[in-house]
Amino acid sequence: MAGPAIALILVFVIAPFFLAVGFSFTNQRLVSPNPAEFIGLSNYRQLLGVGVLHLDPLTDAAGAVVLDEQGQPKLSELRKITRKNPDYPQFDGMREWFSWSSGEGRTYVLARDVVFMTAILNTFIFVLVVAPLQGGLALGLALLINQRLRGINVFRAIYFMPVVVSIVVVSLLWSFIYNQNEGILNNILSAISFGAIPRIDWLGNPSTALGAIIFMSVWQAVGFHMVIWLSGLQTISPTLYEAGAIEGASKWQTFRYITWPGLRNTAVLVLVVITMQAFGLFSQIDVMTKGGPLDSTQTIVFQAIQRGYGKQDISAGSAISVILFVIVLSVSLIQRYLTREKA
Amino acid sequence: MAGITLKGLKKSYGTAHVIKGVDIDIEDGEFVVFVGPSGCGKSTLLRMIAGLEDISAGELSIGGKVVNDLPPKDRGVAMVFQSYAIFPHMSVRENVGFGLTIAGASKAEKAEKVANAARILQMEHLLDRRPSQLSGGQRQRVAIGRAIVRNPQVFLFDEPLSNLDAALRMDMRLEIGKLHQQLGATMIYVTHDQVEAMTLADKIVVLKDGMVQQIGSPMELYHDPANLFVAGFLGSPAMNFLDVDVTAVNGSKVLVSNAALKPVEITAKVGGFSAGGKAKLGIRPQYLTPVDSGGMLQGRIALTERLGSETVVDLTLGDGTRLIAALARDAVFPIGADLGLTFDAAQAHIFPQ
Ligand SMILES: Nc1ncnc2c1ncn2[C@@H]1O[C@H](COP(=O)(O)OP(=O)(O)OP(=O)(O)O)[C@@H](O)[C@H]1O
Ligand SMILES: [Mg+2]
Repeated sequence: MAGPAIALILVFVIAPFFLAVGFSFTNQRLVSPNPAEFIGLSNYRQLLGVGVLHLDPLTDAAGAVVLDEQGQPKLSELRKITRKNPDYPQFDGMREWFSWSSGEGRTYVLARDVVFMTAILNTFIFVLVVAPLQGGLALGLALLINQRLRGINVFRAIYFMPVVVSIVVVSLLWSFIYNQNEGILNNILSAISFGAIPRIDWLGNPSTALGAIIFMSVWQAVGFHMVIWLSGLQTISPTLYEAGAIEGASKWQTFRYITWPGLRNTAVLVLVVITMQAFGLFSQIDVMTKGGPLDSTQTIVFQAIQRGYGKQDISAGSAISVILFVIVLSVSLIQRYLTREKA
Repeated sequence: MAGITLKGLKKSYGTAHVIKGVDIDIEDGEFVVFVGPSGCGKSTLLRMIAGLEDISAGELSIGGKVVNDLPPKDRGVAMVFQSYAIFPHMSVRENVGFGLTIAGASKAEKAEKVANAARILQMEHLLDRRPSQLSGGQRQRVAIGRAIVRNPQVFLFDEPLSNLDAALRMDMRLEIGKLHQQLGATMIYVTHDQVEAMTLADKIVVLKDGMVQQIGSPMELYHDPANLFVAGFLGSPAMNFLDVDVTAVNGSKVLVSNAALKPVEITAKVGGFSAGGKAKLGIRPQYLTPVDSGGMLQGRIALTERLGSETVVDLTLGDGTRLIAALARDAVFPIGADLGLTFDAAQAHIFPQ
């Protein structure tokens, strides 16, 4: 009886997974006349290669520090080290990811693929901000809405509406909202501040683009998680609340001792679902910013798609997918460990 | 101290009038049982006293103070629910000490009071368990423990034993009785088990359709039921009712008879009878005795149940009425045979039709 289901899962889930793992060890291209070759971990090395380099200031013959035109200690040029320098074969082809001054000199963190590193960092920022914010907000809404009031269903519907609309459509709408010249957001901000707040190009500015996408993403899916919380709230027996009322529990104590413990399993579910969804951040980026400006909204999945299909480099795309898989798996395992039922 | 007075208490949900004006006086330290058929409003009344339901009309006072608008916590009551309502994620110790945690009691005070409650309820060995590791009776003990740690003036029980099996129910019944003696607090206990009502109560309140039918001690209610409903509700097997014709009325003495019953004079406790009218004659099955000849009633045996200590005989009278007799000994009665029965007229009840 389970035959067809197993077959479908095999064809659409298991097989692609193993194909991706296989491709990630080759130099397979999407369309190519040449047969693919096995290249070992080269794709991973290319994506994940990082190194730390400390450069001391240059000294002249007398041993004094050489200063540049601004009076800063002069360093040897980074480019000379990472470009075919036989003394530093391990840094060959790397670029500066970020750096800081240390002592007289400067310490550099180099990455072979700075864009991918940015993508990983952005994805983690997205997850770390969205998971607590969306989960907390959704819980707050669920608590507000879990009351027997007239017309409460209207509110439930309103909050749930964005969930039903395709994320692509939502992203398009929000691109208009965020627009620098005609966008509603800037209109509202300048109206309430009587023009004091300048019109901001929310999606075109590297310092606001990721934040804008985070805000929109939280708004879009909050209704979905609200519904999950609501279903969790409904499983808590009303007599427990009555017992709490008789014992004199305040609102906060009721939440702390009755509601929250009763939502334990729901909380784990919401956390895991939000985390997984957040790691898959793609559509919003694809519609709104294409990873820009200045790679400030690059994400792991966007990179996987861009390389696999945009650049036809299916092996790098596969390697990114595998990396994402390992990240999500580890995060899930950690979450499971942290939220385990304590005996 | 903590007497409770209900004055003209009413409750309606929209147009549904569930409690229709209830007056009850409960003295401090009394054990009062509310009984009545399912849906008569026992739980609603109890929850109104607890403060879990608003009062639509009337006045409720606890300890001489009107508490209509006070929240539950300010009424000085503790409640034990039918479904226990113990917190599944807390240990027994935390459950029992919950009220103290909420009130911000010190660790030492909490430990002492929880230990004390555990000793009274003999559950010291259970304190570190989770509710899921307890039996039904043990859970009920935890719920009672949570009620007693705060040393309330009033205990409210809503069918606390109905989820337990018969043997356990009897044990717990005895324990609740003991608890009442130990604590001396006022207790209100809802049940539809009449054995619980009869054995525990100082005072029973019989409810029907949101109205009080009778209030009195168990024996008053048993021996002097105020109306047909109370008469039929208390006692097991239920009282037999015969449709009889009133042939003569002389003061409180009423002479009745029917096709199956020889004329008999009954002392009526209520008025409203007139010669030539109809009435209901109530006879408890236990007060019927078989006679060899000259019985007041004559019936054919349809069924017998031998319980060892008593024998319950189900008879069909000449006019087709069913009659149950509970005979206080073990005996064999052949089915289909005729049986003559007699009864003490002083133990029979008569109610106007
Ligand atoms: N929220 C409500 N809305 C409308 N009617 C209600 C509500 N709650 C209870 N009732 C009605 O009030 C009546 C009394 O209910 P209650 O729960 O007090 O009965 P009860 O005597 O405790 O019965 P049981 O022995 O079955 O527990 C019932 O007819 C019930 O249908
Ligand atoms: Mg009830």
